[in-house]
Amino acid sequence: MFRLARFLRDFKKQVILGPLFKLTEAIFELIVPLVMAQIIDVGIENGDRGYVLRMGGVLLLLGVVGLCCALVCQYFASVASQGFGTKLRNALFDHINSFSHAEIDKFGTPSLITRMTNDINQLQYAVAMLIRLVVRAPFLAIGALVMAISIDWKLSLVFLAAVILIVIVLYLVMGKAVPFYRQLQKKLDKISLIARENLEGNRVIRAFAKQDAEKTRFAAASEDCAATAIRVGKISALLNPATTVIINVGILAVVWFGAGRVNEGDLLQGQIIALVNYMMQILLALIVVANLVVTFTKASACATRVNEVFDTSPSVTDQPGAHREEPAPGTKRDAICFDNVSFAYVGAEKPEEEDKEEKYALRGLSFTAAPGETIGIIGGTGSGKSTLVNLIPRFYDVTHGAVRVDGQDVRTYPLELLRSKIGMVPQRATLFAGTIADNLRWRKPDATEEEMERALKIAQAWEFVQKLPDGLLAPVTQGGRNFSGGQRQRLTIARALVGEPEILILDDSASALDFATDAALRRSIKEETKGMTVLIVSQRASSIRRADQIIVLDDGVPVGIGKHEQLLDSCQVYHEICLSQLSEQEARR
Amino acid sequence: MNRKLLMRLLGYTRAYRVYLIGAFVCAVLSVSASLLGPILVGRAIDQMLGAGRVDFASIVQILFWFGASIAASALFQWVMSLCTNIVVHRTVRDLRCEAFNKLNGVALRYIDSNAHGDLMNRLINDIDFVADGLLQGLTQLFTGIITIVGTLLFMLSVNALITLVVVLVTPLSLFVASFIAKKTNNMFKEQSRTQGELGGYVEEMLGNQKVVKAFSYEQRSAQKFREINARLYQCGQKAQFFSSLSNPCTRFVNGIVYAAVGVVGALSAISGWITVGQLSSFLTYANQYTKPFNEVTAVITQLQTAFASAQRVFGILDEPMETPDKPNARVLKDCQGRVAVQQVFFSYQPQRPLIENFNLTVEPGQRIAIVGPTGCGKTTLINLLMRFYDVDAGQILVEGTPVQDITRNSLRRMFGMVLQDTWLYSGTVRDNIAYGRPDASMEEIMEAAKKAHAHSFIMRLPQGYDTVLTEDGGNLSQGQRQLLCIARVMLVDPPMLILDEATSSIDTRTEIRIQKAFDHMMQGRTSFIVAHRLSTIREADKILVMDSGHIVEQGRHEELLAKGGFYAKLYNSQFAAEA
Repeated sequence: MFRLARFLRDFKKQVILGPLFKLTEAIFELIVPLVMAQIIDVGIENGDRGYVLRMGGVLLLLGVVGLCCALVCQYFASVASQGFGTKLRNALFDHINSFSHAEIDKFGTPSLITRMTNDINQLQYAVAMLIRLVVRAPFLAIGALVMAISIDWKLSLVFLAAVILIVIVLYLVMGKAVPFYRQLQKKLDKISLIARENLEGNRVIRAFAKQDAEKTRFAAASEDCAATAIRVGKISALLNPATTVIINVGILAVVWFGAGRVNEGDLLQGQIIALVNYMMQILLALIVVANLVVTFTKASACATRVNEVFDTSPSVTDQPGAHREEPAPGTKRDAICFDNVSFAYVGAEKPEEEDKEEKYALRGLSFTAAPGETIGIIGGTGSGKSTLVNLIPRFYDVTHGAVRVDGQDVRTYPLELLRSKIGMVPQRATLFAGTIADNLRWRKPDATEEEMERALKIAQAWEFVQKLPDGLLAPVTQGGRNFSGGQRQRLTIARALVGEPEILILDDSASALDFATDAALRRSIKEETKGMTVLIVSQRASSIRRADQIIVLDDGVPVGIGKHEQLLDSCQVYHEICLSQLSEQEARR
Repeated sequence: MNRKLLMRLLGYTRAYRVYLIGAFVCAVLSVSASLLGPILVGRAIDQMLGAGRVDFASIVQILFWFGASIAASALFQWVMSLCTNIVVHRTVRDLRCEAFNKLNGVALRYIDSNAHGDLMNRLINDIDFVADGLLQGLTQLFTGIITIVGTLLFMLSVNALITLVVVLVTPLSLFVASFIAKKTNNMFKEQSRTQGELGGYVEEMLGNQKVVKAFSYEQRSAQKFREINARLYQCGQKAQFFSSLSNPCTRFVNGIVYAAVGVVGALSAISGWITVGQLSSFLTYANQYTKPFNEVTAVITQLQTAFASAQRVFGILDEPMETPDKPNARVLKDCQGRVAVQQVFFSYQPQRPLIENFNLTVEPGQRIAIVGPTGCGKTTLINLLMRFYDVDAGQILVEGTPVQDITRNSLRRMFGMVLQDTWLYSGTVRDNIAYGRPDASMEEIMEAAKKAHAHSFIMRLPQGYDTVLTEDGGNLSQGQRQLLCIARVMLVDPPMLILDEATSSIDTRTEIRIQKAFDHMMQGRTSFIVAHRLSTIREADKILVMDSGHIVEQGRHEELLAKGGFYAKLYNSQFAAEA
């Protein structure tokens, strides 16, 4: 947790001065009962009205100064804690931005998002508490104890006993309740699960006429949750009565033993009142301390999760001295070259060990694509198609072999330059909140309207974009949900085409398009973008059958590379795929 | 505040009103007993005037009562918590079950047109807010008010003058509490809005980090993030500062009350109007006096949130149910699979007509392929056949009976449905296959799985048929999930089928299996297939060609090809040369 303290460096003043101010307020607070005791024991005893008024003035002054100190402290706390959170968020966001796919896969997006939001909020809260209460609450508790001792050390033994008892009660009750809370959360998750299942599967449930069974299932989960909640409630309901009983019995004891001390002339009335007051203060302070313990336990778990992110360094970075080797003019080079490439995902166990054949996502692939060629990649799920294309923009680094783009190993390119050569259309068609134009300017921030229009036309999207009331400036909601799946796909294709990349990668990105649109798209890419090397990953034989080269993958192994007609005869996997989708005669056509 | 809403909510606690009343009674008793404390302590102090002047006999008596009041206060406080606890959680359970049951009975239109996340939110979080805010809030409000009133009464009973001093300062505490509450409420809204914006942006960017990488968008996104983050700092810092004012301010007001009571009380004591012990009681009261004010204002804010949540929950509860089955509706048995659609009109929104004058007759055992681009409204037809939605005009007949005259459940059970987005629930493989017939024997289940070509992969799962499916189905591939759905239908053995062929993301070998399972299942059954595969389409007895919600053509493969219309264009586009 303390490693994150570096983000507080700019707030040294606030972090040091804040608690000091708070401490001043706390000291004043501790003085108040003493002053009151003076009023009673001196003022009233001697009938000195002037003294009472003067002391009243002192009380007021203590209050005002205390308030000012507290305000300053709260202000410092808010500046430091929010500033800390802001800096931490920026740093974490930057760090995550440097991650390559391997690290993002390792954490998973949802987990990164919680770390970024919830965890940091918790930490921010802990910093605020640190400044505001960590000094104050224990100080008040101890201070009250010290004051009590200074008045009468024998009576203060009662205080000590009360404090110990309260700590024990807090410990017992929380120790019992906390595991239940965890259970409760699980049961609540179960309720959510059933509810979500029912919303998603409402058609199936109704189709099987199973509504009643589902209702019973939900009612049982609900009852289970309620029963646990009530059980936890029973335990935590003890907390408040128990602590107040301890404190009140403490007061009772102070009064009883105090009476004896007063009788012996060791104590005054006013001092007894002051002791009663300190007793109350201790109770309040201890409750705050208990809350603080909870806050910091949570925060330390959050800190661990945040640090985990910081401790992960990106696996794909610019290599020292990465630069583009400008080709000598006139030399003809391959657009893409895979040289005996094998790749295994990290975490999928070490490929060196037994069974090593199995662990590779891609194994022994070699092929070259000349500029302007179209390469089709086909195979079942998990056969390594997406892995293959992800190696080109260097989302992952190859395990063995080399991938070369325009004649140069991708690992020796500056990353930005490499990626600027490539237009990538991912499997999942997502757009970003903004306008269509905003989305189209992702590759090239200064793209002109003409460029965007041209890209839209090639992607077969111009027709519907044109019809939108705001055209290119039409709003896009998060994820692009205000467009249909097919429209979204065409827009993501257009996004990749703006600024004419040298290589276009379509990762199964035409699945939501009908055959006619799919065909028109491929035709216009071919016609409009001469010289662009196109990689099409698809499950549809008809989408890739006209490609210059087809790579057939089966479980990461290239089982055939060649043209459609050729593979139909020579490659059994390809033959199977084609015939599951087309008739023999259609396939041969 | 909305009274009708409050009454309606309290209606849900009716079954537990004993507990509710118990909670209130205990609150009154506990607060009263605890307020007695300072008075008794004060009296005891009055019995110790100085060395040798202590009346132990009276002190013992007073302390006895003090002890009793401590015990009573704690006991009632405990009982009160137990009661509220029961009322809160039972009411939550009841509300939740009712809302859930409602969702299982509302017209599908409602579920389709509302974001599931939103409905979930109402079912889980909003109901929690209602419980916390309303029920706990109410008891807190109640104890808060009793404490204020009780304190005033007790003080009055001791001394009117000093009570007056306290009452005079009351508006100040009210003002401070409500000022801070109002101020921070707005700031918190602004903060949570910005927080939401930031969360949304993070989700968008991190969720699509792969796209961000591919387009080297990192710096631009970081820039935007910094901008939102800076705004979050601005409003977060303000919100935090203002909300953190409430504690010191209360302490300050408390301090003033304390000082005022101390001075006026001491002066009174000098004049002999009150005793020192009474002054001590006052001081204790003064110390606690402003606290309930703060609580009350906080509760009122909380109540407002709870009301907003309650309104959203009631939004679900007030949704009309599916039109009930007619009283004389028939239970459909012995169905051959004869379907007739006569002059059907249907649209989701009245201003956008979809299906117009649609006619279709299906003989038992026929295969109907539904073809068209994605998003063309193929599911609409399924919605109408299964009566998830009702037609606007015309009628659909099954075995010669209009579907409106058949009970929904018996009609739906005649169809076996396998959709592309497979739905399985988090139970064992076996439970999932037996979903439509929970009484099926293990042999029957395995038989169905074998027919669906699912048996072999199930046997390879770690616990075979007893393997528990995870929520996201992570332990099964998409294709395997579909095979399980097929097995589920096989077990029920319905006379009619509705199938949705997968467009993509299934590996070739599983795909071939699914294909076989489909073929097997369709034998002798009337089937409606949302088709993507040409072989399925070619072999269909009838093809319905749909385009943007309309049925544009129907007929056999050859007929439609010969016609040279939309279908022919769709079909030929696959083979068009690209260059």
